[in-house]
Amino acid sequence: MRSRKSILTLLISLACVAGLVLTAQAADKLKVGFVYISPIGDAGWTHQHDLGRQAMEKNLAGKVETKYIENVPEGPEAERVIRDLAKSGYDLIFTTSFGYMNPTLKVAKMFPKKYFEHATGYKLAKNVGTYMCRFYEGRYLSGIIAGSMTKSNTLGYVAAFPIPEVIRGINAFTLGARSVNPKAEVKVIWVNSWFDPGKEREATEALISQGADVVTHHTDSTAPVLTAEEKGKYAIAYHSDMSKYGPKAQLTAVMHLYDKFYTKTAQAVLDHTWKPEAVWTGIKEGSIKLAPINPVVPKDVIAKVDQARQGIIDGTFHPFQGPIKDQSGKEVVAAGKHLSDKELLGMNYYVEGVLGSVPK
Amino acid sequence: MFVKIEPRPEPSRVMRYCSPLLAALLMLISGLVIFTLLGKDPGQAFYAFFVEPVNDLYGIGELFIKAAPLMLIGTGLAIGFRASIWNIGAEGQLTLGAICGGCVAIYFQHSDGWYVLPLMMLAGAAGGTFWAAIPAWLRTRFNANEILVSLMLNYVAILLLALLVHGPLRDPNGYGFPQSILFSDSAILPILFEGTRLHAGVLIALAGVFIGWILLEKSFIGYQIQVAGLARKAASYAGFKYTKLIWIGMLAGGLAAGIAGVVEISGPIGQLIDSISPGYGYAAIIVAFVGRLHPGGIFLSSLLMALLYLGGESGQMNLDLPSAVTGIFQGLLLFYLLAADFLIDYRLRWARPAREVA
Amino acid sequence: MMDAHLVLQILVAAIAAGTPFVYAALGELVTEKSGVLNLGVEGMMLVGAITGFIAMAKTNSLALAVLAGMGSGAAMAALFGVLTLTLMANQVASGLALTIFGVGLSAFLGLNYTNIALPGVPELHIPLLSDIPVLGPLFFSHDILVYGSIALFVAVSWFLYRTRPGLILRGIGEAPRSAHALGYNVILIRYLAVLFGGAMAGMGGVYLSVAYTPMWVEGMVAGRGWVSLALVVFATWRPARVMAGAYLFGGITIAQFHVQGLGIEIPSQLLSMLPYIATIIVLVFISRDQNTIRLNSPASLGMTYHPENQ
Repeated sequence: MRSRKSILTLLISLACVAGLVLTAQAADKLKVGFVYISPIGDAGWTHQHDLGRQAMEKNLAGKVETKYIENVPEGPEAERVIRDLAKSGYDLIFTTSFGYMNPTLKVAKMFPKKYFEHATGYKLAKNVGTYMCRFYEGRYLSGIIAGSMTKSNTLGYVAAFPIPEVIRGINAFTLGARSVNPKAEVKVIWVNSWFDPGKEREATEALISQGADVVTHHTDSTAPVLTAEEKGKYAIAYHSDMSKYGPKAQLTAVMHLYDKFYTKTAQAVLDHTWKPEAVWTGIKEGSIKLAPINPVVPKDVIAKVDQARQGIIDGTFHPFQGPIKDQSGKEVVAAGKHLSDKELLGMNYYVEGVLGSVPK
Repeated sequence: MFVKIEPRPEPSRVMRYCSPLLAALLMLISGLVIFTLLGKDPGQAFYAFFVEPVNDLYGIGELFIKAAPLMLIGTGLAIGFRASIWNIGAEGQLTLGAICGGCVAIYFQHSDGWYVLPLMMLAGAAGGTFWAAIPAWLRTRFNANEILVSLMLNYVAILLLALLVHGPLRDPNGYGFPQSILFSDSAILPILFEGTRLHAGVLIALAGVFIGWILLEKSFIGYQIQVAGLARKAASYAGFKYTKLIWIGMLAGGLAAGIAGVVEISGPIGQLIDSISPGYGYAAIIVAFVGRLHPGGIFLSSLLMALLYLGGESGQMNLDLPSAVTGIFQGLLLFYLLAADFLIDYRLRWARPAREVA
Repeated sequence: MMDAHLVLQILVAAIAAGTPFVYAALGELVTEKSGVLNLGVEGMMLVGAITGFIAMAKTNSLALAVLAGMGSGAAMAALFGVLTLTLMANQVASGLALTIFGVGLSAFLGLNYTNIALPGVPELHIPLLSDIPVLGPLFFSHDILVYGSIALFVAVSWFLYRTRPGLILRGIGEAPRSAHALGYNVILIRYLAVLFGGAMAGMGGVYLSVAYTPMWVEGMVAGRGWVSLALVVFATWRPARVMAGAYLFGGITIAQFHVQGLGIEIPSQLLSMLPYIATIIVLVFISRDQNTIRLNSPASLGMTYHPENQ
């Protein structure tokens, strides 16, 4: 009797220990939350973030559990969503739009033991880091292609809001284009929205009817590429590879890749080595990549792109290295120097070659 | 056997109170059906949508934050609706209120005075009232339909806000994003309870509902409005000037909406951005109707509407329910209410078809 | 840069941009002519847009997409009809409820279809006619749905002003009691007018999602339903003026981009305000004189008809 009882006790204790170990393992799974500004869809800003999320889930299989909420408008709604995620046990939360900055900071204060990463922001805190990609590196390279392929010397740019990030992209594109074609000029139309396919299409059509034969965009839908394909012009896609929508039109795409960053950050939280940092990575670190280049682009152009890319990677070339003139002809960067990160972050003027002026 | 529609000899008092409840019940039942069709467990979905958002103090605070603009605007609109004055422009009026209040906040950004908030409220009230005065004037002077004018002005107001936030009112240190500076503390509504976001604006909303109740139920103007809504000719025989009522009806809505707009930007938002309202001006119309144009009913229906908003978000978080479900529920609620209201003035009777006499 | 070629391109684009207004506004015009004010146009257009889009995405048949859009628009209108014509509810509130419901329903149905692109509807190439310089691209190179809208205009004008049923419908809008006394079924005819209006609003939505953009995005109608309501008033309830106004409004929506591209510095928001302000001005003009408004707008517009109060 006694031995049976003690075997039973032993078995029960083993079961308890096993249960504890299992729950401990389950409890060890890091819950990672993602707040998206727009629907994931087939392509675009949010789509790329979600690809990064999926890659992270795969790379850290068994160690992380993710959840995303899409279509969260900026403002008080965002604060509620971020807070709900934190409250529900998500210890690492990525907020993927500039407009989430203040809501993220507010919620971070309420949950000091959780970690927050805010995309494209500029305010750090004890438990808030920021991250952004050096889109302008890809823009410069794509500009080389656009400048080489244009026959009308007018390049079209469908842009969302006149913020430094967008202006930086326009400037880098222009510099790249004019490095191979000094006659190229860039026309910009502002649609005042990150995602509005109707307006993006209308803006693209307006650019094309005003002479642009290569268009690119800093907006979130596939409309510009679709329109270019329809009208028989070229396009440079942004965020995602959109060749599916413009097989003949797309010359290349400036792709955003978040898989490495998301994996690295989640691992850091798991290892308890996370630090609040302003992370700004580019081609070298694998956050920016050009999509496969359309075969119509001549080999010598591709060679120039490769050369520039290599220069960026090994640090011998910077897209914003001098001499650079602004629209009035004044030299803003001297030969032998290049713009610092700080100057890039606050960029609010056009370089020579961009038509029109920055909306005030 | 068929169903005959028969007018009641006098409107049913029972149905007058029951129809909102009936409508809410039908909406909930529809909700269970929708959840099931979506492949979710109806009980779980029901809990996530209707219970989970308010099961803690923070949640109740959120409920009142969402309900505050709705009950305030709803009350203001009800004053006009009772007299058949259809102010559809609440969305634009609240935008103008926010713009005016926001300008005051930006102007006084470096000051610490107690006077900043009250000044903002005044400015907001003035802005909303002004925006409602336009359709009121065009109606009384030119007989222009106030539904269409106030509706068009909604769009003008929203575009005006976008214009200002992209340009003159933009934060110079905001990296070019379309938003104003973050308001300083003197321009932010104080929080009432620690641990929630419940702010003083809720008190303002409650005060507004109370004032509206006094106006509608206890004052002579309220009486005039009621009569004018029921029987226009009788009202004019009694000497009630309809033009005066048009002004009061429109301006009440504008005033309420303007204040609600300032409350939004000095409360949860804390600055001027280009989209300050998820359609509160239109939702308030539903709130007014479901509340039977009575401030007490409006208070309750605003809480229900707020719950629908919160439920939509909670459903997205916990059940992967799409946020679009909220709009469906709101529309259904009003549909059912309008349908149930039918039973106030009419009743259904089973009747046999007349038989041929052999 | 402002050469004749560019002007031509702008005009061509204006016609395409104006087409959704043509469909929705002509439909609402018929509804209002019968005395019913349906504020739910935005909701009906959205539901038409998503159902047409889904039909097109699944079957690749434009005909089915058109049928789906018209059918769903009419179904939404039927809801409105039951509320306002049978249950005698307030038309303003019912129309608003329809819009809010339509916005939510369309977003819901469209969840899996966001950011998916369709091939679009090809422009017709009419031999000889399309090749005429200037007039060719302007009039003869649009897609079939644009031509459908022009056919609709002809049909509606003819129906309203040259047929007996059209006369009856207009009579019901002016004086429902008299029409009833003459033996016409006011409620039934109003139902038909409301359903027609819904079907046409659905058509306007289908055009947007299947031909114009052609993608589905939540809320993509972006206020065009409300503008169409304004357009009917702006046009003083006359079909020809609706057409002119539709292309004018369409032109204004795309003008903001061309203006930017040409370097003219007018804020785009100001340009976007123009259709709304213009409508208010027209409304004031036609309303101030009792006779003008009586001549132009249906007398019983928006008033609930109680059949038993004879």
